[in-house]
Amino acid sequence: MKHIALIASLIIATLSGTAIAGETAVGDLKIADPYARATVPGAPVAGGYMTITNTGSQPDRLVAGSAPFAGRVEIHEMTMQGDVMRMREIAGGLEIPANGSVTLKPGGYHVMFMKLKEQLKEGENRTATLVFEKAGKVDLDFAVKKIGGRKHGGHGMKHGHGMKDK
Amino acid sequence: MTLKSFRIGAWVAVAVLTLVLSGVMIYQSVYKGTERSVVAAAAKLGAPFNLIDHNGEPISEQAFANHPTALFFGFTHCPEVCPTSLYDLAMLMDDLGEDGAPLKAFFVTVDPERDTPELMKNYVTAFSPRITGITGDPKEIAKLIKAWRVFARRVPLDDGDYTMDHTASIYLVRPDGSFQGTIAYNEDPKIALQKLRRLATGKSS
Repeated sequence: MKHIALIASLIIATLSGTAIAGETAVGDLKIADPYARATVPGAPVAGGYMTITNTGSQPDRLVAGSAPFAGRVEIHEMTMQGDVMRMREIAGGLEIPANGSVTLKPGGYHVMFMKLKEQLKEGENRTATLVFEKAGKVDLDFAVKKIGGRKHGGHGMKHGHGMKDK
Repeated sequence: MTLKSFRIGAWVAVAVLTLVLSGVMIYQSVYKGTERSVVAAAAKLGAPFNLIDHNGEPISEQAFANHPTALFFGFTHCPEVCPTSLYDLAMLMDDLGEDGAPLKAFFVTVDPERDTPELMKNYVTAFSPRITGITGDPKEIAKLIKAWRVFARRVPLDDGDYTMDHTASIYLVRPDGSFQGTIAYNEDPKIALQKLRRLATGKSS
């Protein structure tokens, strides 16, 4: 009986995961799992992430974006050179190769929401518009995920580190 | 080809090889030399400074003295490494429990023009009440950056705005002011915890 409950909850978790992740199609592009990193009160910037797949035979480019909650949206790349973090706006936009995909993720490419007008709180959603050279404009629903979304997975998440709301 | 020209050719080859080899050796010895000097200098990082903490109170190098200190240099207009590192540091300090009690942590801005004490307070305390933000006179900040051998550079963006490239490691400083080492941005969380525990307790785990 325990097993059945476990399997059932796993199935539910998988299904709901799929439902939340979602996929948005625009032109030849499919955009999966858009999410933004939660911010602390007063933080001026936030990163947006997703996977963009190009099913077409022509490359496309993510060239711009806008969001009601941000004064400005840019496409950036973060790199580590030794122990130095570097961040650059990607000149001419981010290429999505023909029949290929690009993942925007922490530590690499990201949509940079700048001049934030409000705090992004974990569990909420925010709509932003991205502009592709060929596929055009698309509205995406970004799930706001927790602020430390990188490496504390396997090491006892006993912390009740509630981010201070304001 | 005559035998003579072959001989000349062979000697030229030997000469070139000798030059290249000695060049490599000189380069290596110089390189090792700089590495050694960085390590030697690392024992005495830091310098006196007069800045303000996130409550607007004066803060000096005395704030790092007589207890283990974790230092992180960053800025609030930072989407990635700064929130991640501060969050991780807060978590690690929690993980240390009692062991971590003597430890004090500071977030020094590399962007004092934009990071006011008020902005620093909102930002830093949201991660942990145990981290203190430091900002103030850009010249004093520049001194601190240099004294800790931190890399920080302003990078202009298209709209006249700017971002900062900066060292993303957490500096670990012993109570006597000597430098234990760093926690790298991509450090394994287990190793990071070991390093912080060693700093906090003065014992190797």
